[in-house]
Amino acid sequence: MSRARIATIVAAVTAAAALLSGCERPSPDVVQSGFRGTGMEQVYNPRRLEKVIANNEVPPALDPVDPGGPKAGQVYQNVKVLGDLGVGEFTRLMVAITNWVAPKEGPDAACLYCHNPANLADDSKYTKIVARSMIQMTRKINVDWKAHVANTGVTCYTCHRGQPVPQNVWFKPEPLKHDVAGLLGDRALQNAPAGTVALASLPYDPFGPYLSDAKPIRVIGDQALPNGNRASIKQAEFTYGLMMHMSDALGVNCTYCHNTRSMGDWSQSPPQRATAWHGIRMARSLNNDYMEPLTATFPAERKGPLGDVAKVNCATCHQGAYKPLFGASMAKDHPELGGVKPGAPRADSPKPPAGPVAAPPAPAAPVAAPAATPAPAGAPVSEAAPPITVPAAAVRTVADASRPEGIGR
Amino acid sequence: MANIQPLTVPYQNLFTQVQVVGPLHDGPALPTERETRERIVKPFSWYWLGVIGNAQIGPIYLGTLGILSIFCGVVAIQIIGWNMLASVNYSPIEMLRQLPWLALEPPPPGYGLSLPPLNQGGWWLMTGFFLTASMFLWWARMYRRARQLGLGTHVAWAFMSAMWLYLVLGFFRPILMGSWGEAVPFGIFPHLDWTAAFSLRYGNLFYNPFHMLSIAFLYGSALLFAMHGATILAVTPYGGEREIEQIVDRGTASERAALFWRWTMGFNATTESIHRWAWWFAVLCPLTGGIGILLTGTVVDNWYLWAVKHGVAPAYPAVFTPVVDPATLIGVKP
Repeated sequence: MSRARIATIVAAVTAAAALLSGCERPSPDVVQSGFRGTGMEQVYNPRRLEKVIANNEVPPALDPVDPGGPKAGQVYQNVKVLGDLGVGEFTRLMVAITNWVAPKEGPDAACLYCHNPANLADDSKYTKIVARSMIQMTRKINVDWKAHVANTGVTCYTCHRGQPVPQNVWFKPEPLKHDVAGLLGDRALQNAPAGTVALASLPYDPFGPYLSDAKPIRVIGDQALPNGNRASIKQAEFTYGLMMHMSDALGVNCTYCHNTRSMGDWSQSPPQRATAWHGIRMARSLNNDYMEPLTATFPAERKGPLGDVAKVNCATCHQGAYKPLFGASMAKDHPELGGVKPGAPRADSPKPPAGPVAAPPAPAAPVAAPAATPAPAGAPVSEAAPPITVPAAAVRTVADASRPEGIGR
Repeated sequence: MANIQPLTVPYQNLFTQVQVVGPLHDGPALPTERETRERIVKPFSWYWLGVIGNAQIGPIYLGTLGILSIFCGVVAIQIIGWNMLASVNYSPIEMLRQLPWLALEPPPPGYGLSLPPLNQGGWWLMTGFFLTASMFLWWARMYRRARQLGLGTHVAWAFMSAMWLYLVLGFFRPILMGSWGEAVPFGIFPHLDWTAAFSLRYGNLFYNPFHMLSIAFLYGSALLFAMHGATILAVTPYGGEREIEQIVDRGTASERAALFWRWTMGFNATTESIHRWAWWFAVLCPLTGGIGILLTGTVVDNWYLWAVKHGVAPAYPAVFTPVVDPATLIGVKP
């Protein structure tokens, strides 16, 4: 073989390797969720899923305590939100919050992350003000947003995961240079490799318009012929950006919520779409009702480049899982946060929430995490934990059950 | 049948190339002395080019049309490039790193068809003008070069088909919709994201029948090209690569190729008609695609619903528990 030919082959192999280096290693797991042959399926990379599962492990609950005894509000001073709890329950919650939010040891960590050591009732630390508001927010979610969180509920851990500031929050983006002024180089709020939209070139701030403001998300017309729907393609790109964030935050494909033959059609959509619809409203409400009012409370270093407060999006709770912590309920061990114990509806539980309550369990979701016991160190993990098999069977059952007479597989 | 003898010498020209290099030549003189003089680059041959085509490079005839076309094209690419460079704060490294994401965007929809400020789509309009001018000048050049050589103008008209699609996307449809903002950005990922957003906005372009036709012609072109290329390579041992001669004087190569296709699929194109097949498939791909784009938003707003209305989209058995649009439920939080 001539030298030139060898060089050509080496160059071709190198170029092919470089091209492929950005790809995920096969093979993915594919789970059918809709009618056969329609591409309604979820694609999982088991190797990436392992990381997500590891990130969504549930810490053990603290032992329950006797809810009786004197009330915290009578025993301690300046208890504005949790005054009705028994002292035992109150202390248990404080320990739990410490574990969830500021577990590290240190002079300004653990209890002292929020409390003044000289006087625990003192409100001098801003973190205590924030924590009080966040407890109210958690209760609000568990009681009034059942359309999104069902009876699974949330706790501080859902977002915080052992960190004082949740890993996934968003700020208003600093305008990129040349976005504001200049003779040329306008990016039109898009066309940058932005993590917010999973590295697409879509508009890089899909949060401001939809999770702070309530700009219209729907762009698809509901009639075949033009009838006054003036939504532009640029609007469609903003909506698309938000959807990319949701897909990325939940680790799911478009088909998890949409029947992609007709994205806007509710009658053909998987039920998760309604849950997600409420989730968008929930995130918007939390940002406007709980986060924005704390703007003055937070110090500058906790704020964004434009001085705005940290806000929530889908990733704040979901962290790559179709349900935060893969659907494991921590709130059931914390009725004081509005959590619901399984099988025992609280006497003071609020009216059933309006709208479709708690969508039925997602057929295509990997059930791995709740059941996934940590593999022994050194053991090969992937073979041990099959995250896919069970739901696949479930899907088949759903499909069989709903197939009209005479329609074969 | 008995007369068809298999070739005894194994001859494969898929990998065994034959590179024939004849004496370098300028080609026939052009009608005027000036035009002949304007042919530049003294012909020379380059082995590596011979591997994929003719080894001879030059002469090149640009002429007035060619020079004007290249000038307009360069202006358009300069505008795009400098805008991209400015958007990464004139950092060449960031320009390289982010290049696939960068774009020159059309004006925000709010400007309608009015002239926007330079940095709000004005540059985009200007690029569109120069690129369009460049293409029309190049088209005229192709037409005139073909005529000058005594050829038909097939290439020019095929190019016009691609220009039609370009003009529908960036000119005709935006005007019908009343907004330059409807047009496609100049950028690698951005124009792909635009395409996806376009399909999403108009209820799934796959239900657009002209989109279906365009795809059929696109894949059909590839299939025809593969079939034709394979056939001609396969009959070269019998002189089949001289296909143009075989149009009027059919030899054993043509006969064998025709027989092969009749045996395998019952029908064969001729050495002449296969080129009409290929030309029409290629030309109809952007032609039908352009019609489909032009109808989108102007005549049809939701292609899926259009397809349902006309019995194109089938209904599948329901698999999911029926969902109701939560926004239509009473008492739901807004």
